[in-house]
Amino acid sequence: MSDASAVQHPKLQHYFHSLRQQTETVTLGMWMFLVTEVMFFGGLFAVYALYRSQYPEAFAAASSHLPINLGAINTAVLIGSSLTMVLAVWAAQTGRQKMIAVFLLLTFVLGAAFLGIKTVEYADKWNHHLVPGPSFQFEGADPGQARMFFHLYFAMTGLHAVHMIIGMVFILMWVPRALRGEFTREWNDPVEILGLYWHFVDLVWIFLFPLLYLIGRHTG
Amino acid sequence: MTPLVSTGKRIPDYLNAAYGLKSWLFTTDHKRIALLYMASVTMFFFLGGLMAVLIRLELVTPQGDLVEPDVYNRLFTMHGIIMVFFFLIPAIPATLGNFLIPIMIGAKDLAFPRINLGSWYVYNAGGLFTMYSILNGGVDTGWTFYTPFSTTFSNTYVLATGLGIFITGFSSIMTGLNFLVTIHRMRAPGLTWFRLPLFVWAHYATSIIMLLGTPVLAITVLLVALERSFHIGVFDPAYGGDPILFQHLFWFYSHPAVYIMVLPAMGVISELITCFARKRVFGYRFIAYSSVAIAVLGFLVWGHHMFTTGQSIYASTIFSVLSMLVAVPSAIKVFNWTATLYRGSISWDTPMLYALGFIGLFTIGGLTGVMLATLGIDIHVHDTYFVVAHFHYIMVGGTIMGYLGGIHFWWPKITGRMYPAFWSKFAAITIFIGFNLTFFPQFILGYMGMPRRYHAYPDEWQVLNVMSSAGASILGVGYLIPMIYLAWSMRYGPRAEANPWGAVGLEWEIQSPPTAHNFETEPVVDKEAYAYTAEQGYVPPTKEAEFV
Repeated sequence: MSDASAVQHPKLQHYFHSLRQQTETVTLGMWMFLVTEVMFFGGLFAVYALYRSQYPEAFAAASSHLPINLGAINTAVLIGSSLTMVLAVWAAQTGRQKMIAVFLLLTFVLGAAFLGIKTVEYADKWNHHLVPGPSFQFEGADPGQARMFFHLYFAMTGLHAVHMIIGMVFILMWVPRALRGEFTREWNDPVEILGLYWHFVDLVWIFLFPLLYLIGRHTG
Repeated sequence: MTPLVSTGKRIPDYLNAAYGLKSWLFTTDHKRIALLYMASVTMFFFLGGLMAVLIRLELVTPQGDLVEPDVYNRLFTMHGIIMVFFFLIPAIPATLGNFLIPIMIGAKDLAFPRINLGSWYVYNAGGLFTMYSILNGGVDTGWTFYTPFSTTFSNTYVLATGLGIFITGFSSIMTGLNFLVTIHRMRAPGLTWFRLPLFVWAHYATSIIMLLGTPVLAITVLLVALERSFHIGVFDPAYGGDPILFQHLFWFYSHPAVYIMVLPAMGVISELITCFARKRVFGYRFIAYSSVAIAVLGFLVWGHHMFTTGQSIYASTIFSVLSMLVAVPSAIKVFNWTATLYRGSISWDTPMLYALGFIGLFTIGGLTGVMLATLGIDIHVHDTYFVVAHFHYIMVGGTIMGYLGGIHFWWPKITGRMYPAFWSKFAAITIFIGFNLTFFPQFILGYMGMPRRYHAYPDEWQVLNVMSSAGASILGVGYLIPMIYLAWSMRYGPRAEANPWGAVGLEWEIQSPPTAHNFETEPVVDKEAYAYTAEQGYVPPTKEAEFV
């Protein structure tokens, strides 16, 4: 290998030839992981699609209890966080080490804002007895089927929130590494793959928002 | 190709590269992790085997006189769960695959060594949950966890076991992901896709299933757990939920899971047959593509487990036809192996005995699978011992024969030691006889209508059941013998050469056992995987493998 004669980069693992091979490998690994995530969420989306097509009226009626404005704000917040994440990756690729930390922190703040608004929504469901459980009440034709909607609402948004929290933990772990100057123009794989993960979680919400909040509403 | 073995051993092998418990528990060497996995899966194999012993003992007499019916339910459930999730699925990929894939493609390690180690810990964490459940009395739902019994009615440790399977699933995902990325990105110069050993192709196809299927099982088990603990009743008819939906989701993974178990075994067989027939494999590309075809088709046949659930007849017909289609790539493999044997110079070493056993048993298992894919026959023998016999022919006759054949083939490479020729052949033949005596009567029992999962049965079925139990005890002895001589071999076995079988392949060009980084100089590959002809520079070994 031609680059073997060069000084070994400290971040290059012994079983790779070059940083380029290492980066390609690590990125491919993250993409493969995201494939498994698609299948993981995919199972839940399939369940949702099935019951939605079976009980369209009940689902539309239950769906109209979700606040569109909060959902829309959250969508904007999350897309904003994807922007700051892209900027963090850009900062890493162009060697602006302080900027990486700044944009990562901004991403964290936006993620926290999303979860905060989500908490408000959950609390609202609790107050209106829409959380599945002994106190569940629904004024409508099919409370059982409406409850199924809320089962899926909490399972899907809850699983999404868990993924966000995991992402945010990693963001916080990456900030000190960025400040130490660990991520350079030559080697910034962790920022790159964290970015991929974050965009994926964002994308899940881009599907969840219309599916849960928007479609079928005009009939409800 | 220039030999990669240097004559004077200067560099310590991977077993002697470091010492102490810590050097094993924190290793990132794929070869050591393979051995860690081997210890774990062997332990679970004997635990699951113990339950099988109790099941077969109970079935010696028609009356339910050994265990209570409820205990019997737990026994066959835990037998299935342990064998499927903790033995058969990881057995070949996590041990042989882990050890061999990096070496076969000329790499120093897998792409993500720490994730590889992590997968072993995750596997054991899942195992601990399952053990906890066993110690508290286990689960009685059957390994399939059908709702609503598993979500609403069963009073056993469904949650702990489900969690165990959920967690263990991630170890499978980690392994599959590692293999896929490694095979894509870390092949040695000159090692094109169609120069890869078929073992690698088989693991590539297996990894696709692990990656696409396991997450669906994970979400399904999670939904069952949510339903049991928080009454998020996705499968609960009280809220318009559909218990049958669980079966769809479950079998979407669990049918392809059968191919996770058997594809790696097929990969092993391709290596064994070529080596011990001293021939290039017949129809390399067809065998390679058929692995991928099995992986893809395997995702389209789950409904054949549900012919009696009232699913639409049109869906059943399509699932039936697709299930029969899987027989095509499977048959391609069997025919190609047989064609490879034709006019080969065959030697009857222990691994070859397992390989030939595999072909026979897998053929019976596969053909009865085609019978079961037929709607009429399936409804007649649904949930009978015919089904039990069929899938044991695939899982035990296929996967375990492949696993043991692979272990005996690569044992000299893994440990650097040989094992006794006589006892290993004796064990292989014992296992073959014991296996057939155990499971062939079950085909007949099933065809006569004996249902699975009952602890008592009418008197007229006793003879066949006694035959089956007798076979099981022979099979048990057959499994214990290798345990003894392989344990002996690790310490006292004669030293193995780099290539005791005269096989081709990168793993045979490095020393036995390999050094920690496998290759001291990077290999360059300039020929096909099974270059067993003289024109390709193959020299057959002049003497027999050195045995005891």
